[in-house]
Formats: sequence, structure tokens, C-alpha cells
Amino acid sequence: MTRVHDMGGRFGDGAVTPEGEDVVFHADWHRRALALTLATGTLGKWNIDVSRHARECLAPTDYMRFSYYEKWIAGVADMLVARGVVSREELSGEAAPTPSPLAEKALKAPQVAGVLARGGPADRPSDVTPLFAPGDAVVTRKQPENSIVPGGHTRLPAYAAGASGRVLRLHGTHVLPDSNAHDLGEAPEPLYAVAFPASELWAHPEHPRDEVVLDLWQSYLEAP
Amino acid sequence: MPHDHSDHDHPHALLPPEPALRVKALETLLTAKGLIDPAALDEIIDTYENRIGPRNGAEVVARAWSDPDFRTALLEDATAVVAEMGFFGRQGEHMVAVENTDEVHNIVVCTLCSCYPWPLLGIPPGWYKSDAYRARVVREPRKVLAEFGVDLPEETAVRVWDSTAEVRYLVIPQRPAGSDGMDVAALADLVTRDSMIGTGLAKAP
Repeated sequence: MTRVHDMGGRFGDGAVTPEGEDVVFHADWHRRALALTLATGTLGKWNIDVSRHARECLAPTDYMRFSYYEKWIAGVADMLVARGVVSREELSGEAAPTPSPLAEKALKAPQVAGVLARGGPADRPSDVTPLFAPGDAVVTRKQPENSIVPGGHTRLPAYAAGASGRVLRLHGTHVLPDSNAHDLGEAPEPLYAVAFPASELWAHPEHPRDEVVLDLWQSYLEAP
Repeated sequence: MPHDHSDHDHPHALLPPEPALRVKALETLLTAKGLIDPAALDEIIDTYENRIGPRNGAEVVARAWSDPDFRTALLEDATAVVAEMGFFGRQGEHMVAVENTDEVHNIVVCTLCSCYPWPLLGIPPGWYKSDAYRARVVREPRKVLAEFGVDLPEETAVRVWDSTAEVRYLVIPQRPAGSDGMDVAALADLVTRDSMIGTGLAKAP
């Protein structure tokens, strides 16, 4: 296993509870948590892979007891301190807040529409040549772990490690989270949609023709 | 600095334990430091609560049902096609549309976090972000579908898309029987959010 967030295929969770389309947020603080997370992201002190890793690095006991937006807030607080944006004393209330040199970067209301519209595309030019084409058979890395940084961020779920699949499509070349989450550069490389028969992943698949498709970077894959 | 998040030193524990107070404390601190503008937070909230939601995706699906050339273009390059309709930006930078047929039923999940096509569907529903959905839908999609009241024919294969990268998936549900002759606006009313995630079917007219 990688970390507690990597829960695909886990047994023991209860039923899924559908809900209507009219509910966007369940509490006012959920709204603020989402907006605060997006706004602090524009300060430029971390990227999306760093922020995912921050949530994944929550202690398993915290990850499981926190609701969704509590995880977000905890991740933001941890990153703000780790990146020197706020001090532990400011966070705990022991010290009065001091003005930040980053204040000029703070997102202002008139900038919001433009920032959200731009988003954060992950495709980049790359000199890594695609090794696979649609239809090719591939096998995923045996260990669902970051091969560069011990305990680091990766996007290969444990349930799909060491599995045989076939390439459905090449998405182009995208930023590699395993590198980008650790300030080691974007290291773009080919990204593929890879289909795995359910029977390759599970001992008791529900249906012989079912499949699971994952988006996987070239360095996660080998030729069989 | 590869180890910038120590496993044993979590500053978030310094915030008050109650979630609403944690958020309030953090917002107050960051505002005092000049790092966030509460009016910008209001603007973000208004965007996702009132302006961007699943009716965007429904408009795309209804056009795909009505216009074969549009459908072909959408399946070929969804990012470009939906951008022309004004749907682009955060969490929709790289879009792929997948089509349900009698042979294949598509379902979207993000087992590792909560990746979801925001410009087309808005903020994901609670169940999409739940441990139960993330854990189960890759292993037992048909049991999960049953919890949504969907029972697929035996001859239909399920293809579950786990959104492990920055590519976001939109399911084009099957056009319901009896919808011939309906215009795009009427068709869009048949397209539910869940049908575009794959946990539901389009409504019957």
C-alpha cells in the first residue's frame, strides 16, 4: 500500500448515499474551506501535486476521522507552515499576525474569474519519446510507490500495481506528479489511458467483460 | 527539499479542533497577514454555488444527442469543443468525453482524491468524495449502481474510469427512448448530473 488515501478496491465501506443536484455545500464552513484553499493556492508557494501530497501525509487516524473539507484545511495549514508563509505561533494564536511579504500576490475579487478560467493545464512539451501506442500491452510498476522519493507522492493506486493492461489512448505529455510534488521539477512525460480487465485486478470480478481504466505515466509502465 | 511534509509534525493540530472554527481561525489569520481577500473568497463561492454546475454538462450532452457532427467532434477532442461553448478552466483543462452504448456503460471515479470536471459538473457531490464510493466503485461497480437504482443488462460491460491524472471525464449517457423530436433545451432537462458521472441514466421524457 502507499498511504491511507489509496483506498480503491478496499473492502468494508458501507453503502453509497446518493444526493440531489441542488446541494452544493452542506455547511457554510465548507464554502469557506474550498474558497480559502483555492485562494491560498494562487500565492504560488505550492502546486496541485504538493497540495495533494499534503493531504495524503495526514496521519491515517486524522485522514479517516476528518471530513472532506477538514482534510483540505489541514493540508493548507500544514503547507503554510512548511513553506514559511505563516509561523506555528501565528497558527496557534500565541503570536500576533505579522504582515506577509507575499501580500501583493493575494487574490483579489476582480481577479477570481480570470484565475478560475485559466486553471492549471498539466500538458507540457517533453523530450521523452512515447514508447507505447493504443492497443499495446503494458504492465504497471510492481510497487505502487514513488520511485524517486521514499514515501513520496505517486498516482499509481495500489490496486493497479503489477497489473497487465492495454493502452487505450495517449493523452500527450503531462507533468509527472512524482517529481512535481517534491519540487524536483515538472519532468513531463507521456501519459496514457490504460484499460485493465476487472479479472486482472480482482479475484472475484462482478462481470467477465468489465474493465477499469487508469491514466498512467510512461515511467509507471513497462512492456510485458 | 523532498521531505517538506514530515509525517510526525502536523501544524494543523495547532488550529482549534472544531472544523468551522478551524476555517474561521485560518481565514482570520490569513486576512490579517494580507494573504487572502475575503471578497475573493465570496467570489469563488458564488462562482461554484450559482454559476458553474451540472447544467453546463447537460447542455453539452443534449447537443451531442442532437447533432452527429458535434458528437463526433466531442468524442475526438472534448477540451476544444466544450471550450467553444464557454466551458473551460480549473479542473477542466483536459477533457475527454466517453459515450455509453448498449455494449459499454462508463462510470467515473477518483480513488486517490476527488478529481472531477468542475467546469461541466461543478463541485462534486458528497458521495463522489466519500470513502465508500472511492473504495468500492472500481471493484463492484454494479453493486454501487444498484444503490443508485440502476440495473444494467447482462450484455452491457462496465468501464470504470479512475481519474488518476489531470484528465477529466464526462460520460455521455444514452439518449432515452421517446425523446425523438425534442429540442436541445428540452433534452438537457433529461440529463442528470449522475448520468454524466455514470451512476445514473438520463431521465425518460
